[in-house]
Amino acid sequence: MTQEMLFYIFAFLTLACGLLVVANPFSRNPVTSAMFLVLTIVGLAGLFVLLHAYFLAAVQILVYAGAVMVLFLFVIMLLNVKEEERRKIKRFGLVAGVICVGALAFMFGKAITDSGLSANLPAPTLEGVTAPLGKALFQDFLLPFEVLSVLLLVAMVGVILLSKKELK
Amino acid sequence: MTVTLEHYLVVSALLFSLGLLGVIARRNLLIIYMSLELMLNAANLALVAFSRFNNNLNGQVMVFFIITVAAAEVAVGLALIVALYRRRQTAHVEDLTTMKL
Repeated sequence: MTQEMLFYIFAFLTLACGLLVVANPFSRNPVTSAMFLVLTIVGLAGLFVLLHAYFLAAVQILVYAGAVMVLFLFVIMLLNVKEEERRKIKRFGLVAGVICVGALAFMFGKAITDSGLSANLPAPTLEGVTAPLGKALFQDFLLPFEVLSVLLLVAMVGVILLSKKELK
Repeated sequence: MTVTLEHYLVVSALLFSLGLLGVIARRNLLIIYMSLELMLNAANLALVAFSRFNNNLNGQVMVFFIITVAAAEVAVGLALIVALYRRRQTAHVEDLTTMKL
């Protein structure tokens, strides 16, 4: 399989599963949407590998599909949210929203294809393997790295505080 | 034809628009939140594509940070949703119309 075919397969998988997260005609269960989001993330990891970003593909699967989506599923099961009940859909609002998003997507697509970005680029040679990425992270980006650890601590404390039953 | 930067950017733009459609059109809080994650992933794809085609590693470092911040944000956001659900017994956006608890 050539690289172009693999790109089209992964791109189609990602976009199809992304569409099924948002608008699933068969089931309005949030668990189904979460499963399709996991598939979207896996498709994106495949696209990362095609872009030679191997470390990021592994991190994406481990962190996003393995931790974030599992957390989502825990919360969905905890809240026991079943089917989204059918309420009266404001059809005008829905159609207007779809038209606006479609127009925005068309603008994005036109801006990208008319921009001539790929005209003068050199041949891509970057390999996103662990060692250069680790060097960049611990040398050039050391301050954001340390601040990120404080951010994770703050998030943890916030979650514990928010999930207390009574705030005294 | 070879796959160029524009192909990846078009995929990223379409994925972003799908996430935006989810935030606008769905009324369940959890599905709105999942569509937000979809938008973040679309931005990640754009950054990695630019990093590869410009031979600059900074894009991939930024994606590393974005994935971490998104994980922290999902934790806090879901804790908020759980607290809200405990109070109001609903996860439907149309029921949450007042700021008063």
